[in-house]
Amino acid sequence: MMGSVAKTLLDKVWDLHTVRELPSGQTQLFIGLHLVHEVTSPQGFQMLVDADLPVLFPQRTFATVDHIVPTDGHARPLADPLAERMFSALERNVHKHEIDFFPIGSGAQGIVHVIGPELGLTWPGMTIACGDSHTSTHGAFGAVAFGIGTSQVRDVLATQCLALERPRVRRIRVSGALGFGVYAKDVILHIIRTLGVKGGVGYAYEYAGPVVEAFSLEERLTLCNMSIEGGARVGYVNPDEKTFEYLRGRRFAPQGEDFERAVVWWRSMASGPDAEFADTVEIEGARVPPAVTWGINPGQAVGVDEKLPTLSELDSSGRASAEEAYQFMDLKPGQPIRGTPIDVAFIGSCTNGRLSDLREAARVARGRRVASSVRALVVPGSEEVKRQAEAEGLHEVFIQAGFQWRDPGCSMCLAMNPDKLIGREICASSSNRNFRGRQGSPTGRTLLMSPAMVAAAAVEGSVADVRELLQ
Amino acid sequence: MSELERIERRSGPGIVVRGDDIDTDRIIPARYMRSITFSGLEEHVFADARRQADGTPKDHPFNDERFERASILVVNRGFGCGSSREHAPQALMRWGIRAIVGESFGEIFFGNCIAIGLMAATAARDDVAALMDAIELDPSQPVTVDLAAMTVSSRAGSVPISLPEGARRQLLDGTWEAMRTLLEGLDAIQATAARLPYLTGF
Repeated sequence: MMGSVAKTLLDKVWDLHTVRELPSGQTQLFIGLHLVHEVTSPQGFQMLVDADLPVLFPQRTFATVDHIVPTDGHARPLADPLAERMFSALERNVHKHEIDFFPIGSGAQGIVHVIGPELGLTWPGMTIACGDSHTSTHGAFGAVAFGIGTSQVRDVLATQCLALERPRVRRIRVSGALGFGVYAKDVILHIIRTLGVKGGVGYAYEYAGPVVEAFSLEERLTLCNMSIEGGARVGYVNPDEKTFEYLRGRRFAPQGEDFERAVVWWRSMASGPDAEFADTVEIEGARVPPAVTWGINPGQAVGVDEKLPTLSELDSSGRASAEEAYQFMDLKPGQPIRGTPIDVAFIGSCTNGRLSDLREAARVARGRRVASSVRALVVPGSEEVKRQAEAEGLHEVFIQAGFQWRDPGCSMCLAMNPDKLIGREICASSSNRNFRGRQGSPTGRTLLMSPAMVAAAAVEGSVADVRELLQ
Repeated sequence: MSELERIERRSGPGIVVRGDDIDTDRIIPARYMRSITFSGLEEHVFADARRQADGTPKDHPFNDERFERASILVVNRGFGCGSSREHAPQALMRWGIRAIVGESFGEIFFGNCIAIGLMAATAARDDVAALMDAIELDPSQPVTVDLAAMTVSSRAGSVPISLPEGARRQLLDGTWEAMRTLLEGLDAIQATAARLPYLTGF
């Protein structure tokens, strides 16, 4: 066995959680924490019933409701009968299988990737699975976290394991420091633009370097969240003192002497100084601009000062996608992104629906007014985020500026609830995907950016440079 | 649970969906996931690419009657990127697709295909292009994906395919429905849990 100084966190976690090697050559990997929500679990629970099997580790399974909940009042039954049916199915399943559930009004409900860290469920050195591609978010704590499909949800419910192939590890080192008005969202959009939306397939991304070390845990969550947009199923940051301090005292975190022992172990799980990586990518922090996507995948992004690429500037592999994007978005190569008019502003999601995101957006919104042509929503990531934001008075800043202050949920990130774009509306969004139709209208358009940039676009009525509004 | 099914070969008429980075939202828009079962998803596969807002059909291979009996889907790069929704391969399989050949796949989508016994394999860009042209020229010809020979064959010829060996073995051995295989290691599962510091109080 290799000495731990030469192993990456991914390898340490993988080796520790390996149950056995399967005849297929894959690893049977134990999953330490299983997070469940209403959209991708009901069929999984049904498959369990069909196989006459129990949930093997109900005490390692936690559930909430996030994707389908309305954000303008949570009264039951939900107005959408299909959503209500999904909600009730989850309630029945968690009751039957004795799974901890954080329902609406519990004070702990929210987007699954917001509440896991917030409740202290997400720990370094753990394996985590959830039927949602943004499960990579939890890697911010030095966990190895996988997005899975529903058959794999069944596998984890029944066996607490997954059959997986070990990914290679790419180290992405962000050096120096970020410029003024540049956020974690801009860093991950820059990484995806640099390495491509398929660049991470088969890899886990280890984010490192001075910029990542300087990030708060909430910023690291944003960074790891969009690993999958770069093709990497897993993204993580090595745990450090900030990680441990974040966890101290949280509801499900180890308490007292257990916590001190946990810290010793958590620290030992970080990549060793001589760890070997499949490759290393250097990103210069000072060169990361406030980013805006202009196309239909998250790699199609530019700095807010830049002009949209001409087709001849793109390599042959990107040209066809770009042509399709320009046609769909009704944008022109060579035009500046800045000044592009918007109809909707959305602040929220598992990418950017945390307290620090709302604080940064509120800094921009304070004392300003949302442009009259813009419909603007702020959707806190969880009931706890909402409570804390209200305790700071952020809701009043937003409401006075003309934003709607909503209840927690996934909302307009994927529009499974009533929050949708209409027709050809164009939305400045702090979410993670600009796919065609993603925000609920088949012809609706999305420009991804940081929450502060969304607030800037909301008040200007068009894509704006947040650095000018922050001065 | 279904009986162990070994999947070595899929053969049938082909269908071509051209374009890079066709994400799972495009394959099945989120609004059709408001259900507690997968049944009926086939009606909505590629919904927004197939129909105008008023419901009138658009020009799309899944609307083209020449392809209505197809079972082998041929795609370009990055097919199935994005969301982990198993609804995407479920919708394709329920429509009638039994194998997908493309230049590359989203990683979670690929895993979801294997987990439901939907064969997926990659082929070289030029080979995919030639296969697409051949199918569009004559949609009635059989296309065969063979995991033993590791080829995809049509009247245009036979070209190599690739997929991770673990996934290939799962299909060939009939262990793609992983739950039963994983449960066979029940003692080892409990032994692993018992050595994890965070489950034993550090």
